[in-house]
Amino acid sequence: MKLELGKIFIKDIKFSDRTYVENGILYVNKSEVEALVLEDDKLASCHLEIARPGESVRITPVKDVIEPRVKVSGGGEIFPGVIGKVSPTVGSGRTNALDGCCVVTVGKIVGFQEGVIDMSGPAADYCPFSKTCNLCVVMEPNGELETHVYEKSARLAGLKVAAYLGQAAKQLEPDEIETFETKPIFEQAAMYPNLPKVGYIHMLQSQGLLHDTYYYGVDAKQIVPTIMYPTEIMDGAIVSGNCVAPCDKVTTFHHFHNPVIEDCYKHHGKDINFMGVILTNENVFLADKERHSDMVAKLCQWMQLDGVLITEEGYGNPDTDLMMNCHKVELAGTKVVLITDEFPGKDGKSQSLADTCKEADALASCGQGNATLQFPAMEHVIGTQDYIEMQIGGWAGCVNPDGSFEAELQIIIASTIANGYNRLAARGY
Amino acid sequence: MAKFKVVHYINQFFAGLGGEDKADLCPEIHESVLGPGAALEKALGEDYQIVATVVCGDNYFGENLEKATDTIIKMLEQYKPDVFVAGPAFNAGRYGVACGTICKAVEDRLGIPAVTGMYVENPGVDMFRKDIVIVETGNSAAKMGNAIPVIASLVKKMANKEEILGPKEEGYIERGIRVNYFADKRGSERAIEMLVKKLSGEKFDTDLPMPVFDRVEPAAPIKDIKKAKIAVVTSGGIVPQGNPDHIESSNATKWGKYDISGMDRLSPDEFTTIHGGYDRQFAMQNPNVVVPLDALRQLEKEGEFGELVNYFCATTGTGTATASAAKFGSEIGKMFIDEHVDGVILVST
Repeated sequence: MKLELGKIFIKDIKFSDRTYVENGILYVNKSEVEALVLEDDKLASCHLEIARPGESVRITPVKDVIEPRVKVSGGGEIFPGVIGKVSPTVGSGRTNALDGCCVVTVGKIVGFQEGVIDMSGPAADYCPFSKTCNLCVVMEPNGELETHVYEKSARLAGLKVAAYLGQAAKQLEPDEIETFETKPIFEQAAMYPNLPKVGYIHMLQSQGLLHDTYYYGVDAKQIVPTIMYPTEIMDGAIVSGNCVAPCDKVTTFHHFHNPVIEDCYKHHGKDINFMGVILTNENVFLADKERHSDMVAKLCQWMQLDGVLITEEGYGNPDTDLMMNCHKVELAGTKVVLITDEFPGKDGKSQSLADTCKEADALASCGQGNATLQFPAMEHVIGTQDYIEMQIGGWAGCVNPDGSFEAELQIIIASTIANGYNRLAARGY
Repeated sequence: MAKFKVVHYINQFFAGLGGEDKADLCPEIHESVLGPGAALEKALGEDYQIVATVVCGDNYFGENLEKATDTIIKMLEQYKPDVFVAGPAFNAGRYGVACGTICKAVEDRLGIPAVTGMYVENPGVDMFRKDIVIVETGNSAAKMGNAIPVIASLVKKMANKEEILGPKEEGYIERGIRVNYFADKRGSERAIEMLVKKLSGEKFDTDLPMPVFDRVEPAAPIKDIKKAKIAVVTSGGIVPQGNPDHIESSNATKWGKYDISGMDRLSPDEFTTIHGGYDRQFAMQNPNVVVPLDALRQLEKEGEFGELVNYFCATTGTGTATASAAKFGSEIGKMFIDEHVDGVILVST
C-alpha cells in the first residue's frame, strides 16, 4: 500500500467571504464553518477565533486538535467510518494536507482532562500547537447535555471542520510530496532480507468513560488486536475521542502525524525493514489485558518480527498493558523498545511508572509530567480559564487574580505525549 | 564583599581526636578549621570561610540519632551558614550515615543547602541519595584530594544559588530524581536508534532503568495449626546481652539465632535490643514486647499450636539494604524448611 502525502505549507489563517488557500494563507468563510458546526442541534453556539505563534494568547479547555486533510485520489474519504465512507483503499493514492495549521476544538469542560495551549511564553516550548496557526472552534452545548453526548458532538464538529477546510487543498499543487509504502507482508519481508523486521505496537486509549479512541469508527474498547498498514492512519483511520490527561493526549493531529510511523519510514530500507502496525487497546478488565497482550505477542511471532516499538496513551492503568505487552512480546522472541512518559511526583523522586517488568530494559522517555511551570497572564484567552484549578495539572488556589497561574506540565496539551512526538525527555539527577 | 559562610561537620577521627576510643564523643563546635576543612577552605578560595567545625563521635551519633541531630542543628543556628558540608565519609559506614542524617536535617529544618561525599557502597548512600547531594568519592581518605575540588565546586554553586546540573556533570551520586530536559532528537527517533542497537547486540542506554519489585507469593495456609511447628523472626534487634554476634544497630549485615529452650519469657537481664531506629526503652525493660515468648508459651501450653521452635532469629531492620534483607530471608527460610517449620511469626518494629 502506497500513499503520497502532499503538503501545502500554511503560514497564516485569515477570515474571508469564501474558503480557499492562496500564497500559503488559508482564508476561511466564518459563517459557513459556524453553520456546519451548528448542524448538530446539541450545540447551542459556535464562534471561531484564530491563534498564531508568538501571540499573547491562551487556548483552553482544548479538546482535540486536527490537521485539515483531503483525499485527492485513490478513492475513499478522510476519517473513514466516522464522517467519511470506508473504502478498501484507505491509506493509498494521494492525500493532501494543510501543513502548519490546525483546527482546535474548545469549549466548556467535559471531564477535567482538557488542556491548555499557550501561543507564547514558557509553556509554548512544551506544546507542538504553539507553533501552528490554529483555527479555534469555540462551542457551547445546548443545555445540560450528558458529558459523553457533549464530547461526541464536539469531537464530530472538529472532524467536520477539518474535512471542510481540507477540501480547499484538493485542487492544489503541494509544496512537498512525501511517499510512504508498505508492501503485503511476504513481499515486504523479502524486500530487505538482510535488515531486521521491525513492527510498531500501537496501544489505543480505551479505558472508557471519556477515554476512548475510534478505529474506522469502531470504539477501540471493542477491538481485538489486529494488523494495519501504517498509511491507513495517515488518512484518518484512527481518531481521538478521549479526555485523558492533556499532556498525554494523542490528538487526532498526532494520529495523522504518528512519530513512530514517520520515523520508522525514515529508517525503512536503511537499518530496519518496517513491516507495519499492530493495533491493540488498553481496556481496564484484566481478562482483556491478558487476552490482548497474548494476541499481540502471537502477532509478533506470526509476522516473525525481530523488534518492535511500543507506545501507550495515558498512564497508571495502561502501564500494566504496556508491561504485559513488553513481557510477552520479548518472551515470544521479539526485542522491545518502549516509548512512554513519566509521573514521578512533583519532587521527581517516586517511581515513574505504575508497573514494571524486567524485560523493559530499553525505554525512551518523553519527559515527566509532574514538573511545575509558571504560566504568565495572557492578553487574550480563547475559551475560558474558569476551570484551570480543576484541570489535570492544576490545583485549588493555583490561579492568581491577574490570570497567571502555576501548574504541572500535565495541563499542557501533548507536552509529554507518550509516542515520542516531542524532544522532551527525563533523566536521573 | 562579605565572605560566604560554610560550616563543616566531621567525625572524631578526621578531627584528629582519636579513633574508636573517642567514638562516643558528644557533638562539639569549634570556631576553627579542622582536618579536611583546611583543604576545603583552600579549594573554595578567598570568598569563602569555614566559620565553624562540628565534631561528633560516630557511635554517639549512631546511638543518639535524634538527640545528636537536634544538638547540632541548635549549634548551627547562630552561624547562619550559606552552605553546610559534611565529611567526606568515604566508605566509613557510621560516619556516612551521620553525614547523611545531618545534611538532610540541615536542609529540611534550616533550609540551608548541604553537601557530603561518600564511596558508592557506603550504607549512607542508599539511605540518603534521594534526599541530598552526595559527591562520589573513592573508598578511603587517600582519595581526599580528588573529592575536595568536587565538593568545593558544588558549595560554590549552592552559595550562589546556581542550578545544580546532572550527576555526570557535577560528580555526585544520582539521586533518582527525574528531571526534564530537551533532547537533541525526538523520543520516537531515539527509540528506533535504541532498537537498532538492541537488535544488533550493541550496548544501549535506556532512559529509565526499571526498579525490580521483588514479589513474594504468600505461602499456603497451615493445614492443622494444632500440630504446627511455629518460629519467631524479628527485625526488632532483640539479642542476648552483650550482642555476641555484633549485629549493627542500623543497616545490619548479619542476623543471629538465639536459644530460648526452657524459658517461659525473655528476661531483660539476659536480652536487650540493639535496634537504632526506635525508642528502645520499653523493649529493654521487657523484650517480650518484640519477641512475644510469654504469650507464645502460654498458647503452646493450651494446645493452640503444636510446638514453638526453641530459638528465634533476629536482626535490625532499620536502614538495612534490601539486598541484605533478601539474603537474610533466604538463609533463614532455607533453615526453617530443613527443620520442618510450618509457620513463622515475623515481628517488625
